[in-house]
Amino acid sequence: MIEYLILFGTGPDGWGDDLAVGAAITIAVAIAGFLLGAVFGSLVAWARLAGNLPLRLLGEGYTTVLRGIPDLLVIYLFYFGGSAALGAIMGLFGSQGFVALPSFAVGAAAIGVVSAAYQAEVFRASFNALSQGEMEAARAAGMHNSLMFRRIIVPQLLRHAIPGLGNVWLLVVKESALVSVTGLAELMRTTQLAAGSTRLPFDFYLAGALIYLVITIFSTLLFAQAERRSRRGFREAMR
Amino acid sequence: MSPSFIWETFVTLLAGVPVTLQLTVVSVLAGIALALVLAVLRLSRSRLARLFVSTYVFAFRGSPMLVQIFLIYYGLGQFKSTLQDLHLWYLFRDPYFCVLLALSLNTAAYGCEIIRGGLQSVPAQQVEAGRACGMSGLLLFRRITMPIAVRNIVPIYGNEVILMVKGTALASTVTIMEITGIAAKLIAETYRAFEVFAAAGALYLLINFFLMRLIGLVERAMSPHSRRTQRPSEAVEAIATTH
Repeated sequence: MIEYLILFGTGPDGWGDDLAVGAAITIAVAIAGFLLGAVFGSLVAWARLAGNLPLRLLGEGYTTVLRGIPDLLVIYLFYFGGSAALGAIMGLFGSQGFVALPSFAVGAAAIGVVSAAYQAEVFRASFNALSQGEMEAARAAGMHNSLMFRRIIVPQLLRHAIPGLGNVWLLVVKESALVSVTGLAELMRTTQLAAGSTRLPFDFYLAGALIYLVITIFSTLLFAQAERRSRRGFREAMR
Repeated sequence: MSPSFIWETFVTLLAGVPVTLQLTVVSVLAGIALALVLAVLRLSRSRLARLFVSTYVFAFRGSPMLVQIFLIYYGLGQFKSTLQDLHLWYLFRDPYFCVLLALSLNTAAYGCEIIRGGLQSVPAQQVEAGRACGMSGLLLFRRITMPIAVRNIVPIYGNEVILMVKGTALASTVTIMEITGIAAKLIAETYRAFEVFAAAGALYLLINFFLMRLIGLVERAMSPHSRRTQRPSEAVEAIATTH
């Protein structure tokens, strides 16, 4: 028991503080990727909903391809591809060799690009769930596109989208574990380091899994809260 | 970007296709078997069994699959001597077996929820009608509940199969040379990430496309009643609109 307290404590032989920092980086990279994905995702959803034929096909292609390819492959593309591109640019200035990109930025970008595909689908479905009458009413009240978007579409869209976004967020948290292949010291990578140097892989991978589960529980509670809040003022259907 | 290099890479990556497919098929089948057991336990009257299944489902859906793979492959190494005594070590030192085990346990958690949803979505009237005709127990399940539930389950399970194809990419982290493993090796050797990604991505999309078609065929075979025969009036309409 005492051994475990030392092992998972914050002392010089303890990994508790490292795991806590790792968990914080996991949450940070997941939030960055999720927000990036929200921006890309709404653009893709807009292309699929409002665009002309080429834009629509582009949006559809994006969601199909990114949802059909392993996330790990996308992370490799961003890490090695980004470094190669940067290396080529640096090469123009006479530098040689492998230029490593900051792994946090690479991870967030890769997560963002993948989650954009999922978020685009959520946004599209929620937009289609909006009632046409509301839009007509807004037009009749003299609202222009931007005003209608801000006052009528966004608030209702978010209400429909929150449960779907909650699912995407959980996917993003789990996907962030794959960023460990780039060497970013998030939770998974820290767990790996601890498992290797203490020679107690089972204890540490189990601890890592439990920390992910704690993040999942808190996220679920938070999204449930947001869902309740977004539905305030709406009468629940009779059960 | 050179097309010939992409084509060469594509051909090299084909060596990984059997491994990817084998991992997918074996883990999906093992996962379905386990998911059935879990779903039965989940719908059983025993409180303990229900608690066990909901904990299992939560644990496997709430943590990353990478952690699950490492927990089994590296983590169980901590109990090497015990496993050797049990004559199981030859299994757990094999990364292929460990990945298969992790993938199967993981997909079973998702599959259990899909099967439960499918069984619960069988309309009560249909079951009542079956009872009214005098069916009960196994006969009712075989003739009424199961066929209706399976029709609900197959399309949703299709998504899970695609997710598993993507999941097999994680096998590359424990030295298995499936498509992503070979792709990562090629990227490290050539530094041509974009071309290798294009080839590997195309391969995964092809696999997913064919699997989707296959699942579509299964879906069609499962629901003969919904295959519409063209009515004469519609045929006339179809001809009218094409001309």
